[in-house]
Amino acid sequence: MIVPKKTYYSVFIILMALLGLTVAVALVDLGPLNPYIALSIALIKATLVVLYFMHVKYSTRLTWIVASAGFIWMIIFIALTLADYFSRN
Amino acid sequence: MSSAEKPDIAERVPLAHHFDDIHQQHEAANLGMWVFLVTEILFFGGLFVAYIVYRSAYSEAFALASRHLDVTMGAINTTVLLTSSLTMALSVHAAQEGEKRATVLFLFITLLLGAAFLGIKSFEYYHKFEEHLIPGASFRFDAAYIRPAQIFFILYFVMTGVHAFHMVIGIGIIAVLIRRASRGHFTRSYSTPVEVSGLYWHFVDIVWIFLYPFLYLIDLS
Repeated sequence: MIVPKKTYYSVFIILMALLGLTVAVALVDLGPLNPYIALSIALIKATLVVLYFMHVKYSTRLTWIVASAGFIWMIIFIALTLADYFSRN
Repeated sequence: MSSAEKPDIAERVPLAHHFDDIHQQHEAANLGMWVFLVTEILFFGGLFVAYIVYRSAYSEAFALASRHLDVTMGAINTTVLLTSSLTMALSVHAAQEGEKRATVLFLFITLLLGAAFLGIKSFEYYHKFEEHLIPGASFRFDAAYIRPAQIFFILYFVMTGVHAFHMVIGIGIIAVLIRRASRGHFTRSYSTPVEVSGLYWHFVDIVWIFLYPFLYLIDLS
């Protein structure tokens, strides 16, 4: 199906707003929370791009599974690697 | 006919013999690009994990080193790329609607934005050269943090450099699409190359969406 242009414009505006938010939050000292907030906002932006610009929301279940597999693999990669490093010394 | 429906295309678009129907063929193209993008996640993933490990080991040095990056230029570049994703999506939309001129126009704007990103990036690289922040013999930094700061900048140049390389490839792909689109290769029935190229372009944008906060926005307060 063809995604309506209005959807693209709306997603774009949200992405720009999230960009502004990321920079604004980075300027405020929230201690150890800062990197996690930045990461969360980046994840939301990435999800919006994947779902709407990359049409995964309108694609088949198989496409959704392949796309998710990539990102889940990344989580495993990060988790196991950090588990190794953080349990040293 | 509403814009959400496509005409029956079975007889006009060539169907390769190993597919049951045109929709399966289209889905296969989509999936093929997605599988490739998953391998790209593997590719960039290694760099991101290296970054995460070293940042957690040398958080103070990384924060200090990061302050030498220009947050504003990075924000402008992020804006440029997000806009390019919008124009890419709009060109895909135009291609799906069979609107040749709009397809070419939006592809061209996307290409210009991609080139603008690379231009700004090269300014940034040049500034780093002037500030003696390119890892190597002429690297200068606070002696207490010099080794981890070099690690930060190695990661910075490799990650943004590999990303920029992907941008160059993306620009090349778009140039080819512009040539094909202006020759009328894409119709309402067949816009697959534009769609899958869009997937690639959006992916490269997503990588930057993570690169910007990770590299530029460490501890600005």
